[in-house]
Amino acid sequence: MLAPETDLGKALEARGITRRQLVKFCSVMLGTLALPERYLAQTVAAVTKAKKPVLVWLQFQDCTGCSESMLRSSNPAVADVVLDLLSWEYHEVIMAGSGDAANKALERVVKEEKGKYLVVVEGAIPTADDGMYCTIGGRTALDIAREVCGNAAATIAVGACAFDGGFVRSQPNPTGALGAHEAVPGIKIINMAGCPHNPANTAAVLVHYLTFNDLPDVDQYNRPLFAYGRIIHDQCEKRAHFDAGRFVTEWGDEGHRKGWCLYKMGCKGPEANFNCPVVQWNDHTSWPVRAGHGCIACASPRFWDHMSPFYERLPNVPGFGVDVSAGEIGLGLTGAALAGVTVHGLIQLIKPAAPENPPVAPTPGTGKEN
Amino acid sequence: MARIVVDPVSRIEGHLRIEANLEGGKLTDAWSSGTMFRGIEMILQGRDPREAWIWAQRICGVCTMVHAIASVRAVEDALQIEVPDNARIVRNIIAGAQMVQDHVIHFYHLHALDWVDVAAALKADPAKTSQIAQSISDCDKSSAKYFKGVQQRVKGVVDSGQLSLFASGYWGHPAYVLPPEVNLLAVAHYLEALAWQKDFIRIHAVLGGKNPHPQSFLVGGMSTAMDPNEPAAVINPERITFLRELVRGAKKFVDDYYIPDVLAIAPLYKDWFARGEGLGNFLSYGDYSSGDQSDPKSFLFPRGIVMGRDISKIFPVDPSKITESVAHSWYEYTNGDGKGLHPSHGETKPKYVGPKAPYDHLDVDAKYSWLKAPRYDGKAMEVGPLARMVVGYAAGKKEIVDSVNGALKALNAPPAVLFSTLGRIAARALECQLMANQLEGWVNELDSNQAHGKTAIFNPVKWDPASWPASAAGRGWHEAPRGALGHWVEIENKAIKNYQAVVPTTWNAGPRDEGGQRGAYEAALLNTPVADPNRPVEILRTIHSFDPCIACAVHVIDAQGREYTVPRVA
Repeated sequence: MLAPETDLGKALEARGITRRQLVKFCSVMLGTLALPERYLAQTVAAVTKAKKPVLVWLQFQDCTGCSESMLRSSNPAVADVVLDLLSWEYHEVIMAGSGDAANKALERVVKEEKGKYLVVVEGAIPTADDGMYCTIGGRTALDIAREVCGNAAATIAVGACAFDGGFVRSQPNPTGALGAHEAVPGIKIINMAGCPHNPANTAAVLVHYLTFNDLPDVDQYNRPLFAYGRIIHDQCEKRAHFDAGRFVTEWGDEGHRKGWCLYKMGCKGPEANFNCPVVQWNDHTSWPVRAGHGCIACASPRFWDHMSPFYERLPNVPGFGVDVSAGEIGLGLTGAALAGVTVHGLIQLIKPAAPENPPVAPTPGTGKEN
Repeated sequence: MARIVVDPVSRIEGHLRIEANLEGGKLTDAWSSGTMFRGIEMILQGRDPREAWIWAQRICGVCTMVHAIASVRAVEDALQIEVPDNARIVRNIIAGAQMVQDHVIHFYHLHALDWVDVAAALKADPAKTSQIAQSISDCDKSSAKYFKGVQQRVKGVVDSGQLSLFASGYWGHPAYVLPPEVNLLAVAHYLEALAWQKDFIRIHAVLGGKNPHPQSFLVGGMSTAMDPNEPAAVINPERITFLRELVRGAKKFVDDYYIPDVLAIAPLYKDWFARGEGLGNFLSYGDYSSGDQSDPKSFLFPRGIVMGRDISKIFPVDPSKITESVAHSWYEYTNGDGKGLHPSHGETKPKYVGPKAPYDHLDVDAKYSWLKAPRYDGKAMEVGPLARMVVGYAAGKKEIVDSVNGALKALNAPPAVLFSTLGRIAARALECQLMANQLEGWVNELDSNQAHGKTAIFNPVKWDPASWPASAAGRGWHEAPRGALGHWVEIENKAIKNYQAVVPTTWNAGPRDEGGQRGAYEAALLNTPVADPNRPVEILRTIHSFDPCIACAVHVIDAQGREYTVPRVA
């Protein structure tokens, strides 16, 4: 379906990529984004532009787990992202330069790429005591975030800490830590919640941005609907066991060995929104529930305080209903069967309506598929 | 005299600042400062000790899982829970895989660019690179065509004018001395390692659901239920086959890439066998039991202490001699900062008295870091791969002695070269190989247990808090990739009362103590020649040789922390 383009072919060759590899990568991205295949040509063209868009990655009160998670990206591989898809000019954990050389790289982007670059934020931003709980190059994280996010085309907050303060903001929040959208109000931002973020989703957001020059549609927490529009419980491979009343009741018991439902062991899947069971982790190898442990709802708002104690059975946790309304959780938790219509309805929610003429960014559908 | 400041130190975990004095072309003094604090200490208080590992794991996402294992060990010690053999084995595989993957990433992605000039790789003759590659390794990817492809890819990036992560490097610095062909080899392997690390770490996905932050630990065992006849069991014959494939691939990568590359590059930087010596005091808690985790004699890496570079003597580790000082750290102790405290009654009360941001210099005569200064019997110690290899060598552990002697022979050098910047790099590579060799044995043990119907992987006796004593205290130790890690927990009325962690990078990167004694980084930088104060690659070489992890190091968990209200920005 792609028309031959000589320049594109040459550009790919120079980057050591076959056309076949590129098309495959773009197809995977469209799948993750739940976009129809007719966007393929546009996506391929977008990711092979002559001048690559610039991205900077800031780390504040973080554990670097979200950077590490990005390094585990498999479709596309991280080398393809940082060398081919974008010009990745600042990222402390892997960039070549330190000290002045690093600081100058960031200054250059803010000045020369003003309004055009993307910024990824990892980690919370401390606001107590003048922000002195995190400094880089003698400047506070808050000062850096205001300048760098404030001058960016868009901010991508990766992980629970950048989303809403995450772990660092847990009670009693000793450093006044906040998520990026609260610490720097008014910026254009998308939140890739999770502990860590899933690199498949973040790569999909980057590709969406390159293709449509805009961020995908989001929910009330600024999380993209394609990744956070469905409840884990509804996508879970153990769902049939739940419906049939087959539960693990003790670690290592017969049910645990047979892969039964972990709800009674504290699994928070019934009120957590994430596409974790579908995209999974580490090149689609597994996800926590398949490793025999309950979900901790790591992509839900303020999950550390709201979803713990993690071994306490729902609904005996303070955040019951924070991410998912009682209606959405379904009747399943009270013992009745969950209406099959819910799954169908949610699929429609994340499928965009079909704009007649791309490249308009897709908008949430009203129920009509494609 | 010039003051050099490196902030941020990149290619590490976390936020590290180095200030150093340069006089006559050499560093005459140095200060190491961690510039980020999260206050995890206050956060764990009152929580369920069974889930402490989920929280503690978030201390670090680079050394992910190391705090999880130390945490469950501490709680199991407190509640006197013995874990089944399969849990010991699965923990060893998870932690061993972490060590292998972490060390490879450190060498290629965090450290190599201090020694390898990416831009110079463009001048290489790919045919010659191919000859070099084939002379040092049996690795499959070694043709001239392959290296030409890599060179073209680098050229494409350079010609585009958008150098991405490489834009800020010190390319062309006179301290880079590798021939262009070796630079090209290293750049190619940088990319190979980047691809390999994500494939290998699927082992954490199999045994923990994901990486970073695998989610399968339990106080009392692991959640990875075993059953040879169940397709849905986390561990079954099919998964064992996959684990075996992954660990064999890891061994091959370490044997074919990492070890040959270290042995090829090190002799070209011989000066660095006599720089970065540091403290000369080494501490290892020891770990990786072949049987009983409570018996250090069963450890792959022995427990012990070596003082003053004297490998003829090895001392036992006495946990009561560990203290932490805050004389130069942004904290205060209730009874004054003049004396260190043992972790079991440690305190973490933040007190920032540094300069107001933005600042140019820290007041290094006063407090200057968010790291505390751990001491053993009052002495600053180095921990990590070099400490493990030195202690293992001194203890006469056969695998370690053979490995170290083999490398010294290949480099034609005496044991004294270990005490250096390159010594740290070599020690890390050697222990990575020891661990890569070990992994398949553990997979086989798991297989054998399963085949013999021994599938218990969780001990349920103390899962119910009703079975716990009114109060309990315990200690969990682990040899993490970066060194000796200890967690201390105190449990009262089913909840965490006090929790302390003393972390590898706190030992290495900590500031001075009340006696003015330097930490390991600070000591290792002394007398280092720096050719160009504006491009201090020499500082990076020694600091990176420790593999800093500052998120771990900035002090950590002490549930006795003060409660105070948080001023909010409007």
